[in-house]
Amino acid sequence: MKLKLKDVKHIANLARLELTKAEEKKYGEQLSAVLDYVEQLQEVDVNNIEATAQVTGLGNVMREDKIKDWDEQERNMALKQVPELENGQIKVKRVLE
Amino acid sequence: MKLNQLTIKEANEKLAKGEITSVELTRACLARIKEVDRKIKACLTVCEEEALAAAKEADQRRAKGENGLLLGIPYVAKDIIMTKGIKTTAASKILENYVAPFDATIIKKLKKAGAILIAKTNLDEFAHGASTENSAFGPTHNPWDLTRVPGGSSGGSAAAVATDMCLFALGTDTGGSIRCPASFCGVVGLKPTYGRASRFGLIAMTSSTDVPGPLTKTVEDADIVLSVIAGHDENDATTPEVKVDNYTTSSPNIKGLTIGLPKEYFIEGINPGVREAVEKAVTKIKELGAEIKEISLPHTKYGIPVYYIITPSEISSNLGRFDGIRYGFTAKEVKNLKEIYSKTRGEGFGAETKRRIMLGTYVLSAGYYDAYYKQAQKVRTKIKDELDAALEEVDVIITPTQPDIAFKIGAKSEDPLQMYLEDIFVAPASLAGLPAISIPAGLSEKMPVGLQIIGKRFDEEMLFRIGNAFEKTIKFEKNFKI
Repeated sequence: MKLKLKDVKHIANLARLELTKAEEKKYGEQLSAVLDYVEQLQEVDVNNIEATAQVTGLGNVMREDKIKDWDEQERNMALKQVPELENGQIKVKRVLE
Repeated sequence: MKLNQLTIKEANEKLAKGEITSVELTRACLARIKEVDRKIKACLTVCEEEALAAAKEADQRRAKGENGLLLGIPYVAKDIIMTKGIKTTAASKILENYVAPFDATIIKKLKKAGAILIAKTNLDEFAHGASTENSAFGPTHNPWDLTRVPGGSSGGSAAAVATDMCLFALGTDTGGSIRCPASFCGVVGLKPTYGRASRFGLIAMTSSTDVPGPLTKTVEDADIVLSVIAGHDENDATTPEVKVDNYTTSSPNIKGLTIGLPKEYFIEGINPGVREAVEKAVTKIKELGAEIKEISLPHTKYGIPVYYIITPSEISSNLGRFDGIRYGFTAKEVKNLKEIYSKTRGEGFGAETKRRIMLGTYVLSAGYYDAYYKQAQKVRTKIKDELDAALEEVDVIITPTQPDIAFKIGAKSEDPLQMYLEDIFVAPASLAGLPAISIPAGLSEKMPVGLQIIGKRFDEEMLFRIGNAFEKTIKFEKNFKI
């Protein structure tokens, strides 16, 4: 499976990754090699085989839908990590021009 | 013998008798880090002040009559495990200055048990790799040969244990990331059963296979650490309510146990010295009274292709949270929201992380999902069923941990596929959620070789039992000067 430059650009856009021209070229080649390699999975007969969803026998795990308070000190430490804060709110650039 | 060279078991005995204090033990480890880490580069952050304060507290707890196998024992943790108030970088530029607001569950448990965190260790960025070369802060060096990699992704943790910077280390294993570096550095590394120890507070890579575990100097020490970090956690829904075995000196008697040797793990192309060391180990285990049975696991060869579809898929999703808005690095001079995302991620992530995000995004994208992801999850079922069926016939499966010894730094960094092939013997147990341990078995070309024992889910006890008996017979010795 040979990825074209336009495929690489499309994937990078979906993944929200800005790549340099050199990166686009390099990743295009490397990803094509990996995709060629994983192609061998197509030869496995998987008729009537279920896809793995979990491996330890767990089913749905439920808990009560209740809000838990977060320790004030930990909350403040978390907010300290925010690049731009205004009046305790996280500031984000405008979405629409 | 210096204090930092002790095992957990030995140090605990000395602490309990009052022969040494935790402060002395912690100082010895910190001194060792200062002495050798400029050559090894295992540690990203050393928390000397916090460690000494915690050691003092542990000594006070002992003075009040408290006991505990890890009370006052210094350890290091892979820098992908969140530690409150101490930097957690995941060896990524995007988290270079990140300070976690809370402790991971396993860190909380160790704190409660009185273990002393002294440093955070190097890894491949976000645990993406098998060599620790993908760290944004430079590679860790293998203490046996500084020109070689320590393995990965928990390479800093393995190198720290091998050079006695600590008494034990925490790592995480997604597709071999504890076992590979344990093998390359000549230490014990345990990947517990998936769900055995909580993932809460681990920076997520592949949520369906990630599991934290110990790297130690002996099998017995791995048993001790697991008994503390294991158990159900309400913050991790994938940790079942399974009884946690107390640490017990497991009986060294392995007479009558059946060991499966899968012929697909002893193929052409593995390093002859590795093969020889593992075959010798198997002979020893046979002499101890176990029965050896050849088995076949024909889907082994699909482990890597399955792993390198499922893992990048989960990575592309899990790493979506790094958006430059709530924490971590954020790109400057951006015009709009979309640019914050793409420039932050483009500048903040390293090459391998970007590669995996791209691969995952591609195989999950419209039109490719069924052919890649769904097919891989089906083949994964076959790999799991095949291993489970084999483990009905035998008590454990024994294989080499890695097909080769530690490679030279730089030897595989330009060819990602070659690097992925390193995971050939470790990926299947991860995909099936089975516990597996790597134990030093001998040397090849003067470098350590690891023996992997794979067991049934939640039956780590069997790995310890066989590992213990084997370890006592071979008496593996470190053979490097640093």
